[in-house]
Amino acid sequence: MGFKIDCPRCGPRSYHEFWFDGEVRQRDPDGTAEDDYRATWLRANAAGPQQERWFHHAGCRRWLTIERDTTDNTVRPVDGTAHYGE
Amino acid sequence: MSGLLRHRTYLRAVEPKPRYDVIIIGGGGHGLATAYYLASRHGVTNIAVLERSYIGAGATGRNTTVVRANYKMPESVAFFKRSYELYEGLSVELDYNLLMSRRGLFWLAHSENVLRLQRERALLNQAFGVDTVFIGPDEIQKLCPQIDLEAGGKGKPIIGASYHPPGSVIRHDAVVWGYAAAAQRLGVHVHEGVNVTGITRQNGRAIGVETTAGPIAAGTIVSATAGYTSAVAALAGLRLPITTHPLQAFVTEPYGPILDRIVASSDLLVYISQTSRGEILVGAEIERYTTYSTRSTFSFLAECASRAIDLLPFTAKLKILRQWTGLCDMSPDYSPLMGLTEVDGFVVTAGWGTWGFKAIPASGMAMAELVATGKVPALIAPFRIDRFRDDRAIPDRSSAGTH
Repeated sequence: MGFKIDCPRCGPRSYHEFWFDGEVRQRDPDGTAEDDYRATWLRANAAGPQQERWFHHAGCRRWLTIERDTTDNTVRPVDGTAHYGE
Repeated sequence: MSGLLRHRTYLRAVEPKPRYDVIIIGGGGHGLATAYYLASRHGVTNIAVLERSYIGAGATGRNTTVVRANYKMPESVAFFKRSYELYEGLSVELDYNLLMSRRGLFWLAHSENVLRLQRERALLNQAFGVDTVFIGPDEIQKLCPQIDLEAGGKGKPIIGASYHPPGSVIRHDAVVWGYAAAAQRLGVHVHEGVNVTGITRQNGRAIGVETTAGPIAAGTIVSATAGYTSAVAALAGLRLPITTHPLQAFVTEPYGPILDRIVASSDLLVYISQTSRGEILVGAEIERYTTYSTRSTFSFLAECASRAIDLLPFTAKLKILRQWTGLCDMSPDYSPLMGLTEVDGFVVTAGWGTWGFKAIPASGMAMAELVATGKVPALIAPFRIDRFRDDRAIPDRSSAGTH
């Protein structure tokens, strides 16, 4: 289960250096209360590739988005707008 | 006792029928118990349990076999008290020796916060008729001389504990085989090696499943698939408040009886017991990230063994035999998610996280009543799946033992 996450600023590091923030979720600021409920509580919890957010607490202390296959924990960075700001 | 070794002779291979009144996805403890209670309490016997691997291959065969009722929310205490009582009579009811062994369970506190938590737990349990007491270091030492009150001398001495005398261990595989055999005697079909690949819906109602053995029609479909619940729910077009996390454990080689209590520490995040086979069993907390991988890690083994030695110094001399990983279907509030879903004819028992094994009898009985009568039993009504919509969470994280 151990795996490495390729941090765009610090390079490949053990996942122990990161905090897991869960799968990427879209929240609609103009959505209904029901939309809010679904975005807040419900999860796809995919068995397979999943885009997710991690925080590099023992490194650059910034957020990043990766794609990880949850069946074998292989990680690849998300291209383009991959890395959120602070 | 030979049944413990020859369980496979109890399972009859049968051809799946084209239709069942109830199809239960998942041949673990929860699924088989639901089938058994449907047949034995409600006379519903046209049931199939579909298991993609072998029965008990998932969480029921991988958990650490502790049965207890020392929860910390009123709804949970009532539920797990019921489950414990059912477990006490289960060997007789199923005519199958489950090797239930009453040990007494410590939850040790090394900090003021946890101490307060354990004191509250004892008081709440007593109010519900559950035998949990708050004890100090002297009593801990008297009940279990093997515990090092200095906890390895790392600056976190043990300052108290909640002690739950009914805390027991059970042969977990026997629970699976006992329910399966008893359910089969009542006419239930248990199909191993049958994977559900789709759930057929008509006018918003679930009416059957697609499987690797062909399509099967169903009156009601029950999902009892623990770590894989999200995937099964997705087949019915549903999203649930569940994430799947790995939980690891290891056992030593078997030794003669050297530890008769169950020792857990909410501060060190470790729990230790001796199985009926003599192995010292050590487990810890879930990993924070989600995964469906059951590969074990050396870092867990090293860290967890170190904590065990801090609490019980004699374990330093023991030899580790094997380690393994199971998948936990964690709910946001550490309480189960049971009952009706947005899809008619599709009900779920899930959110069993790290505490599903001890819930099997009460969960099975409640789910059977729900399926047979169409009404949600009062015992599980608070655990409804959509409770977060109106902020009715049942936060009970501290009762998971090691969180």
